[in-house]
Amino acid sequence: MTGTLDMLMLARIQFAFVVSFHIIFPAFTIGLASYLAFLEGLWLKTGKDIYLNLYRFWVKIFAISFGMGVVSGVVMSYQFGTNWSLFAEKTGNVLGPLLGYEVMTAFFLEASFLAIMLFGWNRVGRKLHFASTCIVAVGTLISAFWILAANSWMHTPAGYEIRDGIFYATSWMEVIFNPSFPYRLVHMVLAAYLTTGFVVTSVAALQLLRNNKTPANVLMFRMGIVFTAIVTPLQIAAGHSHGVNVHEHQPVKLAAMEGHWETHQGAPMILFGIPNEEKETNDYEIAIPKLGSLVVAHDLNAEIKGLKEWPREERPPVATVFWSFRIMVGIGMLMLLLAFTGLYLMRTGRLTDNIIYQKACFVMGPSGFVAVIAGWFTAEVGRQPYTVYGLLRTADSVSPVTAGAVGMSLTIFIFVYAIIFTAGVYYLFKLAWKGPLEPDPDDGLEAEPIMASNLTISGYEHSLIKKPRPAET
Amino acid sequence: MMESLNLPLIWAGLLALAVFMYVLLDGFDLGLGILFPFAPSDHDRDVMMTSVAPVWDGNETWLVLGGGGLFAVFPKAYAALLPAVYMPIGFMLVALIFRGVAFEFRFKSEGILKRVWDQAFHWGSVVAAFSQGLILGALVQGIELENGRFAGDMYGWLTPFSFFTGCALVWGYALLGSTWLIIKTENGLQQWSRQLALVSMFVVLLCMIIVSLWVPLLDANAAMRWGIDYPHIDWSRLLPLSPIPILVAVTGMTMFRAIRGSDTVHKPFFCAVLLFLLGYIGLAISLFPYLVPYSLTLYEAAAAPNAQALLLAGAVILLPTILAYTVYVYWVFRGKVRMDSGYSH
Repeated sequence: MTGTLDMLMLARIQFAFVVSFHIIFPAFTIGLASYLAFLEGLWLKTGKDIYLNLYRFWVKIFAISFGMGVVSGVVMSYQFGTNWSLFAEKTGNVLGPLLGYEVMTAFFLEASFLAIMLFGWNRVGRKLHFASTCIVAVGTLISAFWILAANSWMHTPAGYEIRDGIFYATSWMEVIFNPSFPYRLVHMVLAAYLTTGFVVTSVAALQLLRNNKTPANVLMFRMGIVFTAIVTPLQIAAGHSHGVNVHEHQPVKLAAMEGHWETHQGAPMILFGIPNEEKETNDYEIAIPKLGSLVVAHDLNAEIKGLKEWPREERPPVATVFWSFRIMVGIGMLMLLLAFTGLYLMRTGRLTDNIIYQKACFVMGPSGFVAVIAGWFTAEVGRQPYTVYGLLRTADSVSPVTAGAVGMSLTIFIFVYAIIFTAGVYYLFKLAWKGPLEPDPDDGLEAEPIMASNLTISGYEHSLIKKPRPAET
Repeated sequence: MMESLNLPLIWAGLLALAVFMYVLLDGFDLGLGILFPFAPSDHDRDVMMTSVAPVWDGNETWLVLGGGGLFAVFPKAYAALLPAVYMPIGFMLVALIFRGVAFEFRFKSEGILKRVWDQAFHWGSVVAAFSQGLILGALVQGIELENGRFAGDMYGWLTPFSFFTGCALVWGYALLGSTWLIIKTENGLQQWSRQLALVSMFVVLLCMIIVSLWVPLLDANAAMRWGIDYPHIDWSRLLPLSPIPILVAVTGMTMFRAIRGSDTVHKPFFCAVLLFLLGYIGLAISLFPYLVPYSLTLYEAAAAPNAQALLLAGAVILLPTILAYTVYVYWVFRGKVRMDSGYSH
């Protein structure tokens, strides 16, 4: 029995590890693909090289991140079979087609048109190139649609029946548009956009701190601040609605998120506390009375169920859910502060001189990634001890393989991902450090004017030279 | 309406197509990685990598369709099969990670770091190809199930036979890679590719003969699939397979001439494709109707009809579309490798 438990824990750690590693890249590339489409669109419309410069810079970063997303994603498509074969067997009838559609409607689209986006400058016209960038951007969103539909179904299953322990779909519309799906989709896509927004702001801040106050870097900085200032409040609203949805459909998860052990009419909002699962209480709790009920149910005296309503074996690991939720929300608040401060500085015209603010922006660069991972930990650990909420236990989902095999593959994955991640971050940082290439009048023979504004382009980027000029608009 | 079709059979055919597309497309770019360190010069290595840079991740997507598709339409086979080949799948994934990131990292490195990614690309390709061969060997040997779940040994996949099929697939991909290079390169590198294609071709033909002789000896179950049940031979099973060796011989001869001649650059590649196709058909006939040989048939493993129907409704439009834009992308990047469209992004 201990054997199976160990194996189960190892399989869970492995899944958490490979999926956390993977989600970093799509979370970034979903937003970045849209940003690239936006930049290229602006370039085509205005003919201003500054947008093209930014595009050429970010597309290199996109290529590395996308590549890492692809290779870590291939791992995901086999995890269900290698470590979670009983889950695959029992839910395959319902989730299989959704993942099949993800491959057929998104993955091929992204991979094929990425080729044109990265290597096609000399081979297709400008409009077709722009179309390819847009297709890749749309592809990333289609992919998010299907994978989040599948994931949401695991949280709020609908449109199914169970015969002999196997799930069968009875209504595909209910399966796909299950109760938590719209909330999760919006929350995740906005999270991806915010992640990208803060990375863009951070890279721009890095360049400004290095005293590269070029028009491209300043523009990038402003774009990042305005974008995050618009999207952060939207995300907070979306996150709140998602929380209300959790309250309706997964009350035990909500209780763990909020750290409520007792059922309250008018539950407090716990700001701090250390959940003590043994004593079923929080140590060192600091709370605001009644605020919890107000936020979740929009009523000061609404009933919020506490964890004690469920037997211990039905509760998720409380501390993990409680803390990852707080990390996510805390980062969200910091994001809001940072973005609004930026707006204020923009209005007072001191944006490019405020070193402290730029340092803060630089440091907040990875905040989106941390928030995304913390958010996923809240959602997924909060669903425990089930893979399909309330219906299929995690312990009944795992493969009949040995703990040794899972442990070994986990060790290898950690080792390999550590190498790849270090290398990836090194190359990404190298690019970020260099920043967008500025037109250099002293560049060698390769440098030829491509624009009437007499901006030149370096030899490194010479594949662009032979293109006709964009239409002046 | 769609439920009245023979959905499991249609899906088995479509998945077989996806796997074949994968073997073919990723086969040649893995093949390049296998040949990589032996290239005449570092510049040639740049050319080799640039020749597949735009297409490699589209090629690899067919593997995701193979895996994801198996989960989607034959979940029981997916659930039974993957634990059985747990370790080779792990090796393959890790190898694919290394070779995948090597594309981007190599062109952004210099000196020793560039050498490191050269090696990552090479060994990643070799190990990925070898692991796929191991999985193939394990499949042909058969997989032990109890109540539809894997009940064998975690090391059951490791036998002399699977080791041999592993090596054979490495050579097979080298053949696809070298014939691809004949199309995409010129002069010295092309000459070098022709020589390698010739060597790989002979090794691959030899491997095909050895496997054909080995399979009947392997396992009574496997032999019976070919109609051989010593001393009795069931000609109704063996005869339909008999055109395959003849066609292999004819393809081999054509290919030999095409590689040695200099008038054609496309023919060697398409002959290599044909060799793979013949081997694949032979394999498919001998495994049919099993998805998990020799325990679970495609009918037993099929997902609920409404799941298969839902996906098929999309697939009839999406698969041709995917094929169309895949062809388009290959067409955009047609012709000899131009270094200007390489890693200048």
